[in-house]
Formats: sequence, structure tokens, C-alpha cells
Amino acid sequence: MAFLTDSARTALALILALDPDIVSAALTSLRVAACSILLAAVPAIPVGLAVGLLDFPGKRAAVLVLNSLMAVPTVLVGLLVYMLISRRGPLGGLELLFTPSAIVLGGTLLAGPIVATLVMNAVEGADRRILPTLMTLGAGPVRTGLKYLAEIRLGIAAALVAGFGRVLSEVGVAMMLGGNIRGYTRTMTTAIALETGKGEFATGVGLGLILMTIALLVNVLFNLILQRSRP
Amino acid sequence: MGTIARILRCLSAAILICASLGAAWKTHASPAEPRLRLATTTSTENSGLLGVLLPPFERRAGCRVDVISVGTGKALKLGEAGDVDVVLVHARELEDRFVAAGHGVNRRDVMFNDFVILGPKADSASVAGSPDAAEAFRRIAGREAPFVSRGDQSGTHLKEQEIWRSAKILPIGGWYVESGLGMGEAITMATEKNGYTLADRATAVAWRAKTDLAILHEGDPVLRNPYGVIAVNPARHPAVRHALALAFIDFLTGTEGQAIIAGFKVDGKPLFFTYARPVH
Repeated sequence: MAFLTDSARTALALILALDPDIVSAALTSLRVAACSILLAAVPAIPVGLAVGLLDFPGKRAAVLVLNSLMAVPTVLVGLLVYMLISRRGPLGGLELLFTPSAIVLGGTLLAGPIVATLVMNAVEGADRRILPTLMTLGAGPVRTGLKYLAEIRLGIAAALVAGFGRVLSEVGVAMMLGGNIRGYTRTMTTAIALETGKGEFATGVGLGLILMTIALLVNVLFNLILQRSRP
Repeated sequence: MGTIARILRCLSAAILICASLGAAWKTHASPAEPRLRLATTTSTENSGLLGVLLPPFERRAGCRVDVISVGTGKALKLGEAGDVDVVLVHARELEDRFVAAGHGVNRRDVMFNDFVILGPKADSASVAGSPDAAEAFRRIAGREAPFVSRGDQSGTHLKEQEIWRSAKILPIGGWYVESGLGMGEAITMATEKNGYTLADRATAVAWRAKTDLAILHEGDPVLRNPYGVIAVNPARHPAVRHALALAFIDFLTGTEGQAIIAGFKVDGKPLFFTYARPVH
């Protein structure tokens, strides 16, 4: 029991002390997750919409692939991206390895399939008659599209939050591509892995509690924005 | 119309957030000074040695040292790929092969410590009384007492395999656990299993308060653990920061670096030892 109360106390002490290492790790985690989800959204939302809305040969296969991609192990993504951006790899000249951008690259690949799949599900869950109705009411293609997006915005938001959470919580990509460099590429999750490796379990759990608090705050913030934009 | 306005508002908010994140990152992550990439073992980082060793060098050379702490095997692989500029590792045989294959240049001895055999205080395999490390391993295997191996091609793992070979034992069976963990985690696992493990002294001392295991065997010359520093070959990888890597090697092996290493203590005990005479 002392084990657990110690951890809680350590977490509190860490938060109150605003330790610069922890602040840096928390900011890195947030930035990496935010950039990853924004980059992933650009291709993933259109892909999700297209697969959800259109009927084309091989659609079932596409759905299957998207679903399976959600389960790709983070270390595998880390390994593949490592082979791309290592100096021996095709993108080695960019010197991306062991920088926050490398983690963003991996995070984008992790978040993309989740966003696409969940957007697709949102499309399939929405009323099929929305599009024809909008068209018959005389809305142009641009307005029809925007109206439709507004109609399924909760689903899109949920997709983005899920992708954000995946990047925020994963450790494989951040460890392999970032290298866990103190004050630079150390994220909350790689910091937890490091503290566990050092046997500082209380500090590890403390960091975990901080990370979960951050995730909670981000979700609350997102919900508030959605509530305010409700028609 | 309201919908479009709302979507535009959301979009502009997203762009704003994105821009501010990017701006904040730029100031945070791209300082003017160059970065030296050092791949090293967990023992130098986790023991706290690098925490006192690097800042004076960073001040003097006007650079930042990015520490990537992994096992010796992986550290050398990163050097081979040119993904780091310099490596600080402990596996003499692998280091020599690394240099011979042309991956590294300017190898220097930096310091040494030693390995110890950790085990439960009850010591069912009577490791404490054994004359040498190989005999200690033979006794563990004879009792089939749990033994946690790093199993990760780290310097410690390589040393362990060397001792098994010299004991003429092929460690196979339920008692022999290939963990694939770092040193500290392997000690945790051995503690939970009430078993034995081979550990570097730096980590063993740092973990004294976190484990019930005790140092049961030490002092065999075979357990000596020398650390070497090697610059990645700039002829193979022109992009490496070779001048900075050489400056780092000079610092580690020079008077100031050696004094810091020799003076570094945990609980009043030195963890790493420097060579008395000038290193070649």
C-alpha cells in the first residue's frame, strides 16, 4: 500500500515543483501528438469520407486494410520509419532521426488509420439521406460538403481525439525515433520507461498520472469547443 | 451560413494552434549550438555519471550532447549506420571489430569498473564461496537456480556469455531466463524471481535500496569491465560531426574528464575507475 501512496505523493510533488525536465517532456508529448494528428488529418479525413461515401470495387478490402492498420504495433512503425530516416536509409540526408520531427512522422503514421477508420464509421452511421436532401434543396457542391461535414462533426472530432490519444500514449515510436534525449525528444511515455528502467517506480507512476491528467484536460477542452459550436 | 462560419472559425483556430506550436517548438528545439550525438550504455546514463561529466564539456565546446542510451550492441549499430557521432561502450571484442571493419576511428580507453554476481541472501547455490566467476555460474546451473540474463547483446550480456563458455555450460532450461531487459529491469526481475544475475557494479550499487539481492561474487579478473570511446568514421559518414567527436574524446581522456570520472561517487563509493598512467 505504501508503494501506491508513495507514487501519488511523488506525482503531486512533481507537479507542484514544476520540474523543468517534466515540463519539457510534457510539452514535447503534447506538441508531437498535436502535430501528428494535424498532419494525419489532412489525408485521413478525405480517405475516411471517400471510403465511407463512395461505392467502388474493392471497398470491402479497403475497409479491412484500414481496420488492420489500426492494430499495427508501434515498434513496427518505429522500425520502418527508422529504416527510412537512418543515414543509411533513403531519407537519411534530412537528418530527421532523433529529433521531435521523427516522432511526428511516426505518430502521423500511427494516427492516420485510426482517424480514417473512425471517420468512415461516422459516415456510415450518419443518415444516408442527408446528401440527396441537401442537393434537392438547391445547395451547391461546396455548401453541401460543408453542411455534411458539420453534420458528422462529432464523429470527426471523436476520430481526432482517438488518434491524438494513440500518439500521446504510445512509447515505441517515441523511443526508437526520438531516442529519449533529455530536454529534447524525451516525452512523458519515454520518461516513464526510463524511470521504470531505473527502478524509480513511484516517479514513473507519478509521470503517468500527470500524462493522464493532461489527456483528460485536452479532452475536456475539446468537448467544450464542440459544445459551443453546437447549432 | 452559420455552419460555414463555424467551420471557418474552427479551421482558423486549428491553424492558430498549429502555428503557435510550431513557433514555440522552433525556439525550444533548434538552439544555435551544434548537437553531438552520443550513443552510450544505460550504465553510464542511469548511474548519473553523464550528468556530471557532460555539462563541463558542453560549456567548453559550446555544444549540446544528445545522449541516446541503449545497450552496447545497439550503440555500435547506431554508429555503424552513422546515426550518431561518437559511441561510449563496454565490450572490448566488439569495439575492436567495429574499428577493424572501418566503422570507427580513434578508439580510446576511458575508464573501467567491474561486474558482480547478484543473488538472494539465502544463496541456495553457494555462489558466495566459489573461487571464480565460472565456478559460480557452474553452481547456479548445477542447482538450476533462476538466472536472469539480459539477453540483449549488451556489454553485460556478452560478458555473461563469455563466462558461460569458460564454464563449459550451455545455459538452457526453465531456470535460465532471457529477459531482453535493461540492467536495472533485469535486477528487478531477478529480485522478483529470487534468482541470480550478472550486473555492472555501477547499476548494482545504484540499486542497493531497490533490491533484496546482495553482491555474492566479485573480484575475478575476468569480471573487469573496460569502457572505450570511439568516433564514427567520417570517411564512411561525411555528415557526422567528427571534429566535435574528437574534442569529446580528448575531453573524456584528458585531465579534466578523468578527474571528474575518478571523483564521481554514489553513497561515498566510486563507481568508475580511471587508468593511472596516461592512456594510449
